[in-house]
Amino acid sequence: MAISARPRQAVAIVGAIGLALGATACGTGSSSNGGSSNADSAECAPYENYQGHEGKTVTIYSSIRDIEADRLAESWKQFEDCTGITINHEGSGEFEAQLPVRVDGGNAPDLAFIPQPGLLARFAERNQLKAASAETKAMAEQNYSPDWLKYSTVNGTFYGAPLGSNVKSFVWYSPKMFQENGWTVPTTWDQMIQLSDTIAQSDVKPWCAGIESGDATGWPATDWIEDVMLRTQTPEVYDQWTTHEIPFNDPRVAEALDRAGTILKNDKYVNGGFGGVRSIATTSFQEAGVPITQGKCALHRQASFYANQWPEGTRVAEDGDVFAFYFPAIDPGKGKPVLGGGEFVTAFADRPEVQAVQTYLASGEYANSRAKIGDWVSANNKVDLANVANPIDKLSVEILQDDSTVFRFDGSDLMPAAVGAGTFWKGMVDWINGGNTADVLQGIESSWK
Amino acid sequence: MTTTTPPVAAGAQETSGRPTRAARVRKRLNTHTATLVAIVIAVVWTIPTFGLLVSSFRPENQIKTTGWWTFFRDPEFTLQNYQEVLFGQSASSGQLASYFINSLVITLPAVLFPLAFAALAAYALAWINFRGRDWVYIGIFALQIVPLQMALVPLLSFFSRGVSLGGITLMPAWNLDGAQNFAQVWFAHTCFALPFAVYLLHNFISQLPKDLMEAARVDGATHPKIFRTIVLPLVAPALAAFGIFQFLWVWNDLLVGLIFAGGSDVTAPLTVRLAELAGTRGNEWQRLTAGAFVSIVVPLIVFLSLQRYFVRGLLAGSVKG
Repeated sequence: MAISARPRQAVAIVGAIGLALGATACGTGSSSNGGSSNADSAECAPYENYQGHEGKTVTIYSSIRDIEADRLAESWKQFEDCTGITINHEGSGEFEAQLPVRVDGGNAPDLAFIPQPGLLARFAERNQLKAASAETKAMAEQNYSPDWLKYSTVNGTFYGAPLGSNVKSFVWYSPKMFQENGWTVPTTWDQMIQLSDTIAQSDVKPWCAGIESGDATGWPATDWIEDVMLRTQTPEVYDQWTTHEIPFNDPRVAEALDRAGTILKNDKYVNGGFGGVRSIATTSFQEAGVPITQGKCALHRQASFYANQWPEGTRVAEDGDVFAFYFPAIDPGKGKPVLGGGEFVTAFADRPEVQAVQTYLASGEYANSRAKIGDWVSANNKVDLANVANPIDKLSVEILQDDSTVFRFDGSDLMPAAVGAGTFWKGMVDWINGGNTADVLQGIESSWK
Repeated sequence: MTTTTPPVAAGAQETSGRPTRAARVRKRLNTHTATLVAIVIAVVWTIPTFGLLVSSFRPENQIKTTGWWTFFRDPEFTLQNYQEVLFGQSASSGQLASYFINSLVITLPAVLFPLAFAALAAYALAWINFRGRDWVYIGIFALQIVPLQMALVPLLSFFSRGVSLGGITLMPAWNLDGAQNFAQVWFAHTCFALPFAVYLLHNFISQLPKDLMEAARVDGATHPKIFRTIVLPLVAPALAAFGIFQFLWVWNDLLVGLIFAGGSDVTAPLTVRLAELAGTRGNEWQRLTAGAFVSIVVPLIVFLSLQRYFVRGLLAGSVKG
């Protein structure tokens, strides 16, 4: 009958341990915020406009995590020291799903870095966002091109400046392999196709691709289509497409799909290192470009952030193991269409310290502070190229600051989530798996209400 | 201990049909074929976990290019993954150890609260007569079909905005900050666990022989006394079984932790940190297998040490008929 006493004892012990642990957790939690004091020193001069909010805290929520989150924290360290504002950043992989829950539940962060203009518009239309202050707006207009700002403007109200950016119109290649074979980097679409034919005659498949990405499978293919769409059509038609002014199964969209298909669905061209066309659907996007380093594939179209995916020890540089060239235009005379993405700093609170941080993040000082730490690209035109160390980031910044660049945001992030992060992705998987263009486009169109 | 002697005798009497039935089951499960089938099932179920274990000791390049089974052809062993997971240098999110503590701080109360409340409620619903008792029980039982996800936004709003009806504030906002957020997680987990816990424990408690309760009452025992000295000891296996369920559920939970505890290193559980381990674009996914094994350790210990109760609890439910 000892059993009658045991559970109670156990409960008591376990409860005591729980309380003790709880107490220690409380103890460590409150001691992390240090004060600031050197607000008048010379290095704090650039932050003068943001001062006067000592002891205040601003919370930021984003999808940036792990090592990149550390770099973020480092980038605004001096700002925190000089202004006395504490910035609490929290990054989560479930950002897109969690943010609406938190906002609807009345637990919104002060600032959020939203990478999808479609999601931003959702909050704006429900009056959950705070319009950017006049200072933030002025700062953003100074530093960013109107091409960018229009994506955070909903019904004439401006909600926040972009922060980081990435350039998606890149084709990765191996400079070494190109040099050994006497291939040159193509500057027009036709040259690129000629090069692909030349490579196809050797024992190397010219292209490799992969669109598997967990529950986001299909997105790399949507980037392909958007990039080609920007090249076969004018940017205006692209805008009409992403806002559904023309139907998804418009002949012009079909043309772009078929044009992309001449590479992606061409058994002579793909899929270097993995197999036939269908292997594209089952190859993860993280690994899709790796055959380039093994000499099994020559070209891989993927965004600038792919630089972090190469196996350890791969040197990313113009004379290194891998590098990227600009995905060429069909008619270079019409300017340089660039597909890209980025996140926007939007506010759910309008306290003065929140606005100060929002303005600071739009400034050139911040962009350069972050650029110096490395592995970061911004469309901020105050970014000094000398601060950008990484060659691929340098190339990205050059492209973004180039006057002939026509920038357009990743279309699937502009469309409603049900399409851009749903049927468009799935449609692309069908298409790669042999679905014909008309049926796939019809399917996506009928899902867009 | 005099009070606890009769119940066992009574219980033995009541379930006198059990040995024959149990024996029949045992006999049928003791053949060679049954053993073979059991071994095959066990092996098949263990292979993925085994693959994870092997994978967690392989170097990054190998994990990313070949399957874990190639380990046997070309064994390369490293502790690098565990090194990164346990002592990772990510300054903004701290080390895994603090999340480990957070998980414990979340899990223990989130198991004990529903256990305590559910045991009391189940006793009241089974042995105290009051009007509408059955309807209350059916109501609680029916709550099980409400999916947890539906309650997330209202519950979050309950914490952060409070409750007001027609302009009158019934409950102010909680305004919790930092480590106080643990209270929200406990509250949420307790809410979500209660319907099932009450249902499960009610089934056990209502099956206790009526004579026992009447005898105790004749001896002058009050409800608290009966609950403490008769009911609790007798349903200990059921309490342990539910405790294990709830422990595993809370320990492995990501959704509730993510929403109510937030992602800061002050309150976030282990699962939240694990979900971030792979980095912003998933390029560090070789860490995940090692991370999974670190998080498995505690549930494994709990399961193995309480397994006795777990099996007893299951049997008590199944053979009773």
